[in-house]
Amino acid sequence: MPEQTVLLSADDIRRAITRMAHEIVERNQGTERLLLVGIQTRGVTLAHRIAEAIAGFEGAQVPVGSLDINLYRDDLTSRAQPVVRPSNMPVNIEGMRAVLIDDVLFKGRTIRAALDALIDLGRPEVVQLAVLVDRGHRELPIRADYVGKNTPTSLTQEVKVQFTEVDGQDQVVLVELERSVAR
Amino acid sequence: MSTRAPVKDTPIAAVVAPRRHVLDLDDFTPEEIISLLEMTDGMREVMDRDIKKVPTLRGKVVMTLFYEASTRTRVSFEQAGKMLSADVINISASGSSAEKGESLIDTALTLQAMHADLIIIRHSHSGAPYLLAQHLERTGIINAGDGRHAHPTQALLDLYTMQRHMGSLKGAKVAIVGDVLHSRVARSDMWGLAAMGANVVLCGPPTLLPPEMLHGDGPGGRWPSNVTVDTNADRAITDADVVMTLRLQQERQSSGLLPSLREYSKRWQVNEERLKRAKPGVLVMHPGPMNEGVEISTSVAHGAASLIEEQVTNGVAIRMALLYWLLTGPQGEAVTA
Repeated sequence: MPEQTVLLSADDIRRAITRMAHEIVERNQGTERLLLVGIQTRGVTLAHRIAEAIAGFEGAQVPVGSLDINLYRDDLTSRAQPVVRPSNMPVNIEGMRAVLIDDVLFKGRTIRAALDALIDLGRPEVVQLAVLVDRGHRELPIRADYVGKNTPTSLTQEVKVQFTEVDGQDQVVLVELERSVAR
Repeated sequence: MSTRAPVKDTPIAAVVAPRRHVLDLDDFTPEEIISLLEMTDGMREVMDRDIKKVPTLRGKVVMTLFYEASTRTRVSFEQAGKMLSADVINISASGSSAEKGESLIDTALTLQAMHADLIIIRHSHSGAPYLLAQHLERTGIINAGDGRHAHPTQALLDLYTMQRHMGSLKGAKVAIVGDVLHSRVARSDMWGLAAMGANVVLCGPPTLLPPEMLHGDGPGGRWPSNVTVDTNADRAITDADVVMTLRLQQERQSSGLLPSLREYSKRWQVNEERLKRAKPGVLVMHPGPMNEGVEISTSVAHGAASLIEEQVTNGVAIRMALLYWLLTGPQGEAVTA
């Protein structure tokens, strides 16, 4: 059993989401033309949570889309193939203020793929990035506009975000990987 | 459609060993088929976009090598490759060195020497794709139809189309009506449907059914176990969830296997009257090209139950999923068929 420490409890996650939701609305001066785009799978869950929070204090329903980035990966010939699933945008993204949402920001390669995937669907006015955990170790010039928690990690660790909808409980844990499997 | 919990980054290789060739469905596990059908949803979404192209297979070279006439299968592969940004090169036997007497193996070795990543072959001889798979060390092979033996991508698109409308295929009754004996589609469909747990009834004139099935030697051995035969179309279609019609290859009549087209359509044509015996909501399919008025009536072919056009659309999507599966993943390792 690998060693693990809790980074965020269910309450911490709830507070972080509420704060990020406020920041998103503040930065975009309201919810007009706002679109939340979750990166599958847990980014989509997080996007729905943020949309719920916004509905709670703004009374506005912000559309939530989901993005599958697997067809845009840069490592398709060096690792086992991921299952490709449909992307789904409830509105035309042309001219929208799109906020990409993912659970963990790490090397930045997922976000690079997500930008390509998004722009193939149309031309948003702006694209911003919100993540629940930023764990560092960027390999590309990418940064988040909204961060739930910044946490320094080592490459021998893994950040696991769990949501009730997908994993049965809300929590973020830091798992110590065994050296042999560390990337 | 699928009940599996979506998990980001789940490598399909966990359940699906890498593969270099797709020759028939008889060596596919249900898990492999399920993974492929699952990914086909993602490919359908790409087809529905304004910009129908993703960069996934940039720099991959796919060659189609067709020794037999085809519209939908060849175009479908070409379109699938192009939507995934692969370079697709089409070679037809007429106008190629085959006319100068070059052997099939030499032609394929030439294409491999040009660094083709994948050759998609159709040939009138059963087993031709297997021969190439044995001789090519670096290039993968997809069988796009070999003689009367197999047509695995047609079967996969049929499975996908059925699953899209019915959810699970377990226990479903699928009647395949027509010239089963000469049909590579029926053969591959059987393997695929067997893997997915459907029950298959093969139906047609006794002269157009596989003799070993008809005379009680099968099933078993060369045939999957949930396949039965029936020469009576009314009985075969009764309570069917899916009725699949096969093209009557008209040259069969001159070979003495059929009394007359008129008698054939009277006894085995899929028409509205006959379809009333099937389950409500029955799905009607046909691999194309159709002889309307012979094996299928025009009103059924273009009626509400018909999925024939959707089969064509799904054919592109399933071939995209297949190209993605064969051409991505760890490269340069020893991978066996």
